[in-house]
Amino acid sequence: MILTVDDSKSMRMLLRNALTQRGYEVVEAEDGVAALEWLRDNSPGLVITDINMPRMDGFGLIEALRGETRWDSTPILVLTTESSNEKKSRARDAGATGWIVKPFDPEKLASAVRRVLH
Amino acid sequence: MQFDEIQEIFFQECEEGLAAAEAGLLAYKNCKEDCETINTIFRAIHSIKGGSGAFGFDALQAYTHNFETVLDLARSGDLLITPALIDVLLRAFDMLSDHVTAIRGEGDAPDDKEVTDILKATAEGRPPEIVAIEDPASKQAGSTDLAFSFDDLMKSLGEAEVTAIGEHSSASSQWSLEVRPGKGALANGGEPMLLIRELLQLGAIFLDTDVSAIPTLDAYDPEEAYLGWTFTVPMRVTEAEVRDIFEFVLDSCDLHIERRDDEQHDTELHRSVAPPVAAEPAPVPMPQPPATTVAEVVSAPSPQPVAQPAQNASQSIGSGSQTIRVDLEKLDRLVNLVGELVITQAMLAQKLSVNGLASLNELTDLDQLTRELQDSAMSIRAQPIKSVFSRVPRIVRELEQQTGKQVILQVEGEMTELDKTVVERIGDPLTHLIRNAIDHGLESPDARIAAGKPAAGVVRLSAEHRGGRILICVSDDGAGINRERVRQKAIERGLIAADTVMADEEIDNLIMAAGFSTAEAVSNISGRGVGMDVVRSNVEALGGRISIQSRPGQGSTFTLALPLTLAILDGMIVSVGAQTYIIPLTHIVESLRPQASELKSIGNGRQMLNVRGTFLPIESVGTRLGIDSSTQDPTKAVLIVVETDSCGQSVLMVDAILDQRQVVIKSLETNYRPVDSLSGATILGDGRVALILDVEALTSQSTRRLAA
Repeated sequence: MILTVDDSKSMRMLLRNALTQRGYEVVEAEDGVAALEWLRDNSPGLVITDINMPRMDGFGLIEALRGETRWDSTPILVLTTESSNEKKSRARDAGATGWIVKPFDPEKLASAVRRVLH
Repeated sequence: MQFDEIQEIFFQECEEGLAAAEAGLLAYKNCKEDCETINTIFRAIHSIKGGSGAFGFDALQAYTHNFETVLDLARSGDLLITPALIDVLLRAFDMLSDHVTAIRGEGDAPDDKEVTDILKATAEGRPPEIVAIEDPASKQAGSTDLAFSFDDLMKSLGEAEVTAIGEHSSASSQWSLEVRPGKGALANGGEPMLLIRELLQLGAIFLDTDVSAIPTLDAYDPEEAYLGWTFTVPMRVTEAEVRDIFEFVLDSCDLHIERRDDEQHDTELHRSVAPPVAAEPAPVPMPQPPATTVAEVVSAPSPQPVAQPAQNASQSIGSGSQTIRVDLEKLDRLVNLVGELVITQAMLAQKLSVNGLASLNELTDLDQLTRELQDSAMSIRAQPIKSVFSRVPRIVRELEQQTGKQVILQVEGEMTELDKTVVERIGDPLTHLIRNAIDHGLESPDARIAAGKPAAGVVRLSAEHRGGRILICVSDDGAGINRERVRQKAIERGLIAADTVMADEEIDNLIMAAGFSTAEAVSNISGRGVGMDVVRSNVEALGGRISIQSRPGQGSTFTLALPLTLAILDGMIVSVGAQTYIIPLTHIVESLRPQASELKSIGNGRQMLNVRGTFLPIESVGTRLGIDSSTQDPTKAVLIVVETDSCGQSVLMVDAILDQRQVVIKSLETNYRPVDSLSGATILGDGRVALILDVEALTSQSTRRLAA
């Protein structure tokens, strides 16, 4: 199961479309707070999160997850519009497993998922 | 879900993003920002950029990129948020609105070059003015986006590499690849084995495992990776593809890739050990490196296995109201049918009451249900006035530039809902009022300072529910209506006689008289050949009223009172002579039968009613409408105290009150012709037509006569 976290509904739908077509089960959350709420009782195989979100942003979510042993090995992909190395290493430093650069090609998304989803 | 449906959602998000960004920018302009404001603006623009790329709106994406860059700098504190910067951002925002309009297919893609140049200059810390005087060559160089040129460079490098590979490519050529996931490859939920699996799927052949880095057991860190592998990769796979696989771990991973033309390794041998894996994910056919295995055992609870294909595709957490789109025609038909149902229900009630069955419980229930059904049907048609209000800030900004006046716009109650038709038609009158308020109402900054006011004028736009109507107010803190000038103008235009004595309020209302314009020179802002008289008739066509309050030196307020719905009203059914009329309940304060002592004659056959110390003029409906058989003695009639927005309280005299119920409004204009003192007609329960009194018209004439 993959949890997608993005405040943009259209982005969530694009993710959902691309992922469900490839046989993944998708759960959506609107922001970090909603994601954490859901994660209290659920264990997805992968979290894909946007960075810029209201209430709790992607970095905040990653930090919260990595702070718990229960989540320290769950792969997390961040959605970023920046392909600069600086942004990528920041995502990596924050605890992300990898990143997906928006706008994403569904194939690229799928390969990124395959590279981190156990 | 279809792509175009998702795209439609994206359009809606664009609108929401624009609204959020604009609200944020205006908060800065009005010094009401907080530390979250810039982040909100950034997020809004950022989301639009992200979506525009995903949906292939390249022009929009390219534009928002520059916009976002500036916002990012402002957000990080690298750019100081000054009023000048806010102006740049507002300008960029307006251009963004045009872009969004364009992608919706409602306009051509705008020419954003100038604004883009300003944004780029701002991002580079140059004042925008410098852009204008730079020579074309340096401007070209200056405006080249660093990130883009870097990408281009990388791209061209990549292409060069591919060509080079192609030139030397031969059947026997292969890449030799050494991979050593470094420290941290297993951190953050990373799993090198997945990458190896993908490499094998590309046709890579596993050659060897390097175990030399495995330490002694006491130094062994189960969460660390110690193994390295070597592969051969077919030449048809580009180096970029290989690096792509290891993209997430490149900074921690040792990756050596080099061309190999010779056949010094016996690849055939290894091929039998590790055959290339086909496209389908399969268990990795190679020895499991101990490090990974240990890590998996240690990290408890172990992560979920590969996601299962699911029948029920997804579920959503978090709120968000679900919507369904309905053809407007269907909706109108529903509202019409409900209207007819109300009439039929009323007829049924009347027939039953004739047979003494009026108190049936079922009838009460039906009445209740009909009302609720009606309310629901009406609420479907209701829309927040936000869509109209959201256009106002831009109008204000444009006017600021054109007039040189400084305006602080305050907007309130934009979520107030009213009938869709009203929302659609109120835009033009409202725009005109806003233009008027800035063009005619507000003084120039110098004049304001001279008058002891702040240089920036305040224009306030508000909407609220009150007493079954929607009140929309446009007010300014300008000089107020110059009554002497209005009066002069009205005399010049022959609207009034030179010796007419008029109350202030009446003079104010002259500006809404047909063919009146006070501007000395007709400006191209509010003087577009459309005067306040058109505004008034537009508002009245919606069943609304417009009223003016103005105080010299303190400003003017234009109040539009609009009905919640155009289809149904709560009315009191009264009789006057043999006729039946409806008085809209929204106007009625109270009804009473007076004592002779409460009446006061003021001559000319007219009387006033003393209502708890206040004398109100009595208007006989029968006299006004020419119904001879009506009661003329107030002590034998029923007096109804009504209140209107323009005239305050006054009293209507009718013969008797018959009933109180909801009626469906049938337009006189469309079915007959406009009639003075009547606002419409309805069909009563017994099938007869009753006319709806225009209380405003009836009372405003009575007060005007009194004032004269």
